[in-house]
Amino acid sequence: MSEHIAAISDIAAKYDNDPNRLLDILIDVQAQERCVTDDVTRQLAQQVGLSWADIHQTVSFYHFLSETPRGEYTIYLNNGPVAIMQGYEEVAAAFSEAAGCSIDSVTEDGRIGLFVTADIGMGDQEIAALINRVVFTCLTPEKARALVKDMQEGLSVQDMARKHREYGDGNNSLPAIHSMVRNNIQKAGPVCLGPYEVGVALRKCATQSPEDILSQIKASKLRGRGGAGFPTAMKWEFCAKAQGPERCVVANADEGEPGTFKDRVLLTERAELLFEGMAICAYAVGATTGSLYLRGEYTYLREYLEQVLEQMRADNLLGKDIAGKAGFDFDIRVQLGAGSYVCGEESALLESAEGKRGEPRNRPPFPAQSGYRAMPTVIDNVETLASAAQIIDKGADWFSNMGTEESTGTKVLSISGDCDRPGIYEVEFGITIGELLDMAGARDPQAVQVGGPSGHCLNADARDTMISFEGCSSAGAIIIIGKQHDLLAIIDNFMEFFTDESCGSCGPCRSGTWMLRNTLRRIRQGQGTREDLTSMRQLSEVMKKTTKCGLGHTAPHPILNTMDNFPHLYEALIPEQSDIRVFDLEASIKAANAAVGRTSASKETREKEEEQL
Amino acid sequence: MKKPIIATASLAGCFGCHMSFLDIDERILDLVELVHWGKSPINDIKTFEQDCDIALIEGGCCNDEHIHTLRDFRKHCRILVAVGECAIMGGLPAMRNNIPIQECLEEAYLNSPSTAQANPEQILPNDAELPALLDKVYPCHEIVKMDYFLPGCPPRADLIYGALTALVTGQEAKLPYEVIKFD
Ligand SMILES: Cc1cc2nc3c(=O)[nH]c(=O)nc-3n(C[C@H](O)[C@H](O)[C@H](O)COP(=O)(O)O)c2cc1C
Ligand code: SF4
Ligand code: SF4
Repeated sequence: MSEHIAAISDIAAKYDNDPNRLLDILIDVQAQERCVTDDVTRQLAQQVGLSWADIHQTVSFYHFLSETPRGEYTIYLNNGPVAIMQGYEEVAAAFSEAAGCSIDSVTEDGRIGLFVTADIGMGDQEIAALINRVVFTCLTPEKARALVKDMQEGLSVQDMARKHREYGDGNNSLPAIHSMVRNNIQKAGPVCLGPYEVGVALRKCATQSPEDILSQIKASKLRGRGGAGFPTAMKWEFCAKAQGPERCVVANADEGEPGTFKDRVLLTERAELLFEGMAICAYAVGATTGSLYLRGEYTYLREYLEQVLEQMRADNLLGKDIAGKAGFDFDIRVQLGAGSYVCGEESALLESAEGKRGEPRNRPPFPAQSGYRAMPTVIDNVETLASAAQIIDKGADWFSNMGTEESTGTKVLSISGDCDRPGIYEVEFGITIGELLDMAGARDPQAVQVGGPSGHCLNADARDTMISFEGCSSAGAIIIIGKQHDLLAIIDNFMEFFTDESCGSCGPCRSGTWMLRNTLRRIRQGQGTREDLTSMRQLSEVMKKTTKCGLGHTAPHPILNTMDNFPHLYEALIPEQSDIRVFDLEASIKAANAAVGRTSASKETREKEEEQL
Repeated sequence: MKKPIIATASLAGCFGCHMSFLDIDERILDLVELVHWGKSPINDIKTFEQDCDIALIEGGCCNDEHIHTLRDFRKHCRILVAVGECAIMGGLPAMRNNIPIQECLEEAYLNSPSTAQANPEQILPNDAELPALLDKVYPCHEIVKMDYFLPGCPPRADLIYGALTALVTGQEAKLPYEVIKFD
């Protein structure tokens, strides 16, 4: 026991017992002990100077932290939309059967834990799972059984991965990554995946004034790639003008939107470009502190990213007097997440980076005014920052000549689902859905989910719809849903996702997501009514108006979109109008009758039987 | 014009909503002018002698008898009004919905301070005549179509009266803010 106490104590000491690093501490404790028990919570509370409740609420918030052991080998099988279309159920059953434990439990000997998690950013190579944070892709029931055997035999996770599948292409095969993940770059565009030489942009930046940099970004008309499309220069200017002794730049690599995996590839193949973009932003706004918030699912990239940072420091592209410019000081650290979609929301991300549970903040103040540890902070998506670096290298005109009037440049899209060529496509804004479907080799599509669950669910009439901020915007996900699938089952999966991921702060989001999901389920079971359709619309309006962050605003989209674009699906499920709802009385009294030890049927059934006699 | 007939029922509720209804005080005399009373605990009429126009339902459904009663009301009444949180959402009784039924029964009949000593034979009530408990407490609208909902725990007398007279007279309900404000 005292060994344990010392081990925990060492972990906390590694982070200087700093409460702001609580999340890192908890991630390390979880990795070592396979859980964060109540005793550990109490010990840590003392050691880092927080209350038990502070730590407890943080542990209970994140998917990858747990109070009970999750096994020596912890399998997190993802149940994202593409996974459920491509055979998730069979793989889950194979894992469960072979390991001898049901989902959400650990084998009796404590060796294997089997859990489910939301989309892990591998939509182009499903079925995918994390085992002790190592990514396994292209799983089949046979492979699942083989992996369980390996675990039973005590193989290391790295050896299991090597046995299972060869290393992926590009940097995935570097020793610092050594992962089976494939890039699947189907179309490299000129900006994020285009030709690039490390350091050129940053050296150009250092010869100009911060104002010059800002005006070039402004002239490029670059807008945020993380979803909201906010003008990047305007955000940087707000931050530059905000009062504060220090400023901060954060790259948002949470990439939690199911079906999105483009930042994964940018982090793998264009890490330097991203870090240069961060440094350029830091130069423009006068920031000295930088942080890359990396989703816990992408832990496999951390060592590599640290290596890149180290090399850039050695090359004077980070650290002090960057690119020889006196006073241009900026450095970046990697902050890991621990499994939470809402942590991609900028203010929740800041909370999480400060070691707390990821609950969105009240705004104002906006992050640009008061962000990470109260510093004025720019938070931008990985792709936005990478694009900014290319703009400084190749010019605002070069950039704004691509795309459309209001959406300049390119967009990196992650295309997955029912198509021949899933993967990454960097295309100019203004491309149509039809062109994308052809490019990816869509197979008999019934619907296209643009921008993930929080985005838009389009039908076959949408071929001419443009991907752009003025048309249909997307943070990157394009999921093609073929005709063979039950679309509402996928919508159900989306609603389940929002229900799980709501942080719970706003009543209308916490309960609304749940109510929408349950109403949809009732409809799918043939127990819906026409009023259900109206009440889902009303509830959606309330959620949009009364919730604090984008999760609550967008969670009704899957239902609203399908009611608008696929009304026949609902029509077909709603039974002939009757004032008496379908309700299985006999089934609902079973449990209580069993508990008290009687077998009688319900009064109604008995009366009916008597009548018949 | 024939006077409308009203009925009321208390399902899984605490009778608080009925008590609140009675808080209309002397206005009950006006109501008597406007309506006939059908089946209701207030007059202890237990069966539907004829179909009714408006029924006020207090409480959700926690046992098979409630389901039976509610379906019966739906068949015999033109307009059903869910009165109070229990009828609308399940209310307080629905707090058991997250607890397995076995645990609920054990807590109520075996382990609670008032029963631990008093039930030495450890009996869980199981007479065939007793209504059977449902797995969960259900709001009324999941069992039958409900036409109107009056929020509150209980809804104020003024809200119940205002809504009822509006339904009876066919005029728009006048419900000032105070009447639907809950804090
Ligand atoms: C629930 C939720 C999740 C989000 N997830 C991400 C994410 O994973 N990555 C991201 O860049 N932005 C995400 N955003 C958007 C961010 O809040 C923010 O707008 C973005 O990081 C700003 O960067 P940009 O201007 O470069 O787009 C999310 C927003 C919400 C409401
Ligand atoms: S809208 Fe939902 S996720 Fe966002 S703060 Fe409110 S409860 Fe949390
Ligand atoms: S709503 Fe309140 S007053 Fe009415 S029955 Fe339920 S608990 Fe009682």
